[in-house]
Amino acid sequence: MLRALRVIRISWVLQLKTMARSGFDVLTAIITPITYASIAFFLYRRGGGPQTLLWVSLGAAFMGLWASTLWGAGNTIQRQRSQQTLEFAIAAPTPFLVSLIGTSLASSTVGLYSLVATLAWGRLLFDVPLELAHPILFALSLPAAVLSLGLLGIVMAATLILYRYAWALANMLEYPIWLAAGLLAPIALLPGWVHPISYALAPTWGAKAVRESVLGGSPLAAIGMCLGLAAVYLAIGFFLVRNFERLARQRATLALS
Amino acid sequence: MSHRLGRVNVVEAVDLRRTYKTTTGAIRRKSHEIEAVRGVSFAIREGELFGLLGPNGAGKTTTIKMLITLLIPTSGSARVLGRDVVKDARWVRERIGYVFGGERGLYERLSALDNLRYFAELYAVDPRRQRARIDELLDLVGLKGREQERVEGYSRGMRQRLHIARGLLHDPPVLFLDEPTIGVDPVGARELRATIASLTAAGKTVLLTTHYMFEADSLCDRIAVIANGEIVAQGTPTELKAGVADGSVVEVEVFGVEERIVERVRELAGVRAVTVEDREQKQLLIVQTAPGFELTHAILSQLDADSVGRVSSREPTLEDAYVALVTAA
Repeated sequence: MLRALRVIRISWVLQLKTMARSGFDVLTAIITPITYASIAFFLYRRGGGPQTLLWVSLGAAFMGLWASTLWGAGNTIQRQRSQQTLEFAIAAPTPFLVSLIGTSLASSTVGLYSLVATLAWGRLLFDVPLELAHPILFALSLPAAVLSLGLLGIVMAATLILYRYAWALANMLEYPIWLAAGLLAPIALLPGWVHPISYALAPTWGAKAVRESVLGGSPLAAIGMCLGLAAVYLAIGFFLVRNFERLARQRATLALS
Repeated sequence: MSHRLGRVNVVEAVDLRRTYKTTTGAIRRKSHEIEAVRGVSFAIREGELFGLLGPNGAGKTTTIKMLITLLIPTSGSARVLGRDVVKDARWVRERIGYVFGGERGLYERLSALDNLRYFAELYAVDPRRQRARIDELLDLVGLKGREQERVEGYSRGMRQRLHIARGLLHDPPVLFLDEPTIGVDPVGARELRATIASLTAAGKTVLLTTHYMFEADSLCDRIAVIANGEIVAQGTPTELKAGVADGSVVEVEVFGVEERIVERVRELAGVRAVTVEDREQKQLLIVQTAPGFELTHAILSQLDADSVGRVSSREPTLEDAYVALVTAA
């Protein structure tokens, strides 16, 4: 267990270092949340009061967090495949899932910047109020959200181990999840058949936990859902990585050629 | 060299086969099967440096990838240290190291030190020993003082040395080296060869693939020649050379030689193999002949007299043995 935690820690640290050293990654991480926040503010500025704007602003923050998770999940495997480190990482005795947890959590950690940037952007340019109803629960809801999004990231990354072109599909998931998770509009406005999908998504509960801890409410249930979903994603990730790794060794898809 | 060899077979491949599925065509997609490895069998004893030689696409890397658990064989079996590479993949992974030739396979944006720290964790190197082990290996491969630099700025030789350090991090008893000196400058390659020789001196069992015959000749206890996915010969370098030692080699410098003339030379009675090497504006026609045949005149009679340069005859080398085996396959 201690060994696994060490691997998660170093994967997390080195993934953050790798991302920090790419001008493109840094620029994307900085600009994306601000762009999303601006769109959301312009959409809701006329019709909504300060509380609505804060609600929207937190949703926009999760749009950035989700974009970062999705980008990280897709990019980690593709980059490892193109620089031919994927084979080396998989052929190590530590199960690949363990290092994947570290790299995926790093992407969602970077997404935390999205929250800070969105709130600061809203405060400075759009006069969005910033007061926390439950500061302690807010501090709890953040790591819970990062954990659940990060572990959802490994489920997606797992498919890329086997399917070399799955990143194209993964990229398509960015916008539908914004809607399904209720980041821009309440889930109640969506058709009934979408609700089960919404409830299975980490961004839904992460955004709910953060919104309720900022705007008031009882975020504990949403925090619990984040943690419960994280456990489910971990179990699915474990199953997928183990089986997809074996299939990839059968079908020879670990290398580029 | 054989005094240090144990009796136990550390690596065993039994009738290993591997096919790949590939598709052609964008609209009417057709699926084909390519047999990359077709029934390869060999055994490597403890402490042995075993060479796997073959041209590009012969199946060397596919064979190694099956042995290091990265590819599952289509049929046949392989064991490392007595354990099956498919059933006991994790057990095997803990006890093997591998080094691939080429520039890739490293985390480019990270420093050499970070690359080694990461793999030290993946290979469960004792945290209290990690720093000392990494320092030891940086010293061994001559990267001490450059470890903080990002790998993306490394030369090919430095990358190759970093690959070797990575492969040795967990001090594995068995090493797989896939063309470790490819593309490295002559001085760097010589240093790498000295490092490889020191590995078997330290009791490690090594499987090495290389294109360089002199490298195989100087390093390997035994060699298997692989061509078209099959092993066509196996033995010590001396035994392999003996296969062609009874003949001789005629070398003719030519200035532009057509393929049909090469074919005519190949068909001469007593010719074992013919190869053409490009040497800037000229080519070198290398003809291996069977014992009892003096073919210099017969060869020259096939060539245009104006296009012929220097002609010489010599004893066969391991490279000639290799060429004869591969062209016959």
